[in-house]
Amino acid sequence: MRFKLKKSYVEDLRLFEYRSSLMWYLALLAFLAVFPFFAGTYWVYNFMLAGIYSIVALGLNILTGYTGQISLGHAAFYAIGAYTTGFLTTKLGCTFWLALPLAGMAAALIGLIVGIPALRLTGIYLAIATMGFAFIIDQVILEWKYVTNGTNGLIVDRPTLGPISFNSDQAYYYVILLFVVLFVWITKNFERSPTGRAFIAVRDSEVAAQTMGISLAKVKTTAFAISAFYTGFAGGLFAPLINFIGPDNFSIMESINFIVIIIVGGIGSVHGSIFGAIFMTFLSEIIRLGKDVLPEAMQRMVGFQGAVYGLILMAFILFEPLGLYGRWLKIRFLFEVFPLYRRDTFRKKRKFYRSERSR
Amino acid sequence: MFLQQIASGLALGCVYALIALGFVLIYKATEVVNFAQGEFMMLGAFVALSLMTGAKLPFFLTIFLAVMIMGVFGMVLERMVMRRLVGEPIFALVMFTIGLSIFLRSIAGMVWSTDTFKFPTVFGKSFTQIGSVTISSMDILVVSITAALVIILYLFFKFTDIGIAMEATSQNQFASFLMGISVERVFNLIWAISAMVAAVAGILLAPILFIHKDMGFIGLKAFPAAVLGGFGSIPGAIVGGLIIGLSENLAGVFLPAWVKDVFAYIILIAVLMVRPEGIFGIQEKKRV
Repeated sequence: MRFKLKKSYVEDLRLFEYRSSLMWYLALLAFLAVFPFFAGTYWVYNFMLAGIYSIVALGLNILTGYTGQISLGHAAFYAIGAYTTGFLTTKLGCTFWLALPLAGMAAALIGLIVGIPALRLTGIYLAIATMGFAFIIDQVILEWKYVTNGTNGLIVDRPTLGPISFNSDQAYYYVILLFVVLFVWITKNFERSPTGRAFIAVRDSEVAAQTMGISLAKVKTTAFAISAFYTGFAGGLFAPLINFIGPDNFSIMESINFIVIIIVGGIGSVHGSIFGAIFMTFLSEIIRLGKDVLPEAMQRMVGFQGAVYGLILMAFILFEPLGLYGRWLKIRFLFEVFPLYRRDTFRKKRKFYRSERSR
Repeated sequence: MFLQQIASGLALGCVYALIALGFVLIYKATEVVNFAQGEFMMLGAFVALSLMTGAKLPFFLTIFLAVMIMGVFGMVLERMVMRRLVGEPIFALVMFTIGLSIFLRSIAGMVWSTDTFKFPTVFGKSFTQIGSVTISSMDILVVSITAALVIILYLFFKFTDIGIAMEATSQNQFASFLMGISVERVFNLIWAISAMVAAVAGILLAPILFIHKDMGFIGLKAFPAAVLGGFGSIPGAIVGGLIIGLSENLAGVFLPAWVKDVFAYIILIAVLMVRPEGIFGIQEKKRV
């Protein structure tokens, strides 16, 4: 058992709860830093993808996890970021390092524009409206050929910085690692800032938040803008990673994939975003491992991967609504209180009735 | 040309209306938005196709059986899965039904392969000429079946005990529970009815489009219809579906070609900005 005696409020706000956790994170960082030296290209590439998904998941978590707004259209922001980078670097000859923040800004601007009408909408209406928005952006990508080249797509090269070229996977890995660490750090600080707490207050009760002097309009639009910035930035990193972007990369399924990442990882937590991104990136790998166990006839079926994907999503919502991070917390709790753990501590409280109609 | 587009828009609108009706029925009673409604429709079409080409049953018996099978499917789904999710937040429910739709689509791909199928038409290619407008008999069938279904549902909700119980549940679940209505049974039946309506929509859509495992994506286009009519209003779903079907077809004529595909969503966003409660909707106030 481990007890933490807190003597002041500042201790509650520390970035690392224990000194040992700082050590663990530094060890993880050191491991990630030397990772490309011994791992194959395949693993490095997938880690980069997981890194980009982590940034998206962090952004989506700020909107959905912290502020409680559903978005089924985040692939649109991702696309805006990717195409802004692609357009600026290939057609206007702008440097990648300027194009990248601009990609985030462009997405944030659109996010702001989407956020304003979204003020009037809640719950399911917001989900449908953001989905409609994503479909419209999809069509714009197809039609605005001057910027996007339509179905032909854009070929985006990896960036260079002075004499250093990030052309190889190993080199570009460090760019992504840097930004992932940066965004995690920003999010972790944001979560503990007054603005971040205002976001969480809005999620838990809009009316209560308003009575405390929080402006709903401001919080919701900022949440959309910040979330879009993260996603756009990730899109900007994604374009040079796969070298080629076309309309297929940003379909409605990608939006759903982003939400699945945060659900599987754990909604409303930084750890969850990372866990979810890694899990979903390596899902096909995990499925392949599982396939050996199953009969051969099943392995050859076309929709197998999709079926597993759908099942995982449903299973997490049914059995583990707090995601992988929730499971990790439970396991940690078990060890922390070791002899006193009771099985019912985390039992899901069954609810029998919920209504948002007041009639 | 103009009238011709209206005629075919009407038939397409009826299919949207039927899918939207499926959303609305479930949403009204259980406050769940079923994103898998389009996949229910797809399953209905595939079941009908199998019965017709595999078992070689006559057309009307096929329709009847397919609708019944989907009804049982809806019931089982509600009993086994959806009932465990009562009281969960909206976000979880939305994502659950999306997961369900992905799952059903994959399963359909496994069972019926990913090929495109053509539904054998029973009425052949006969056309009726009214003035300058040519209407295929299939379109007439679509419109008349939709109309008949709406009348049946209207009578059901107005005059049968279970229908009135459903209406009561959708107005106030807790109060109707206290009045002795079995809310569980109402939920169960409403999922069955919704799946049956989806099956009808699937069978009607099959000759217009083709049968494919991804045909359920058209269900996403029925959302604008449901929202336009006011989510939770049965006449609203029908009117919304017709408006979306008509305006989409007319947009294809008068506006650049690419607008047609997203016109439904443009309407959707416009409606949500101006009048989020839709045409027939009642503004729902959130409880503190």
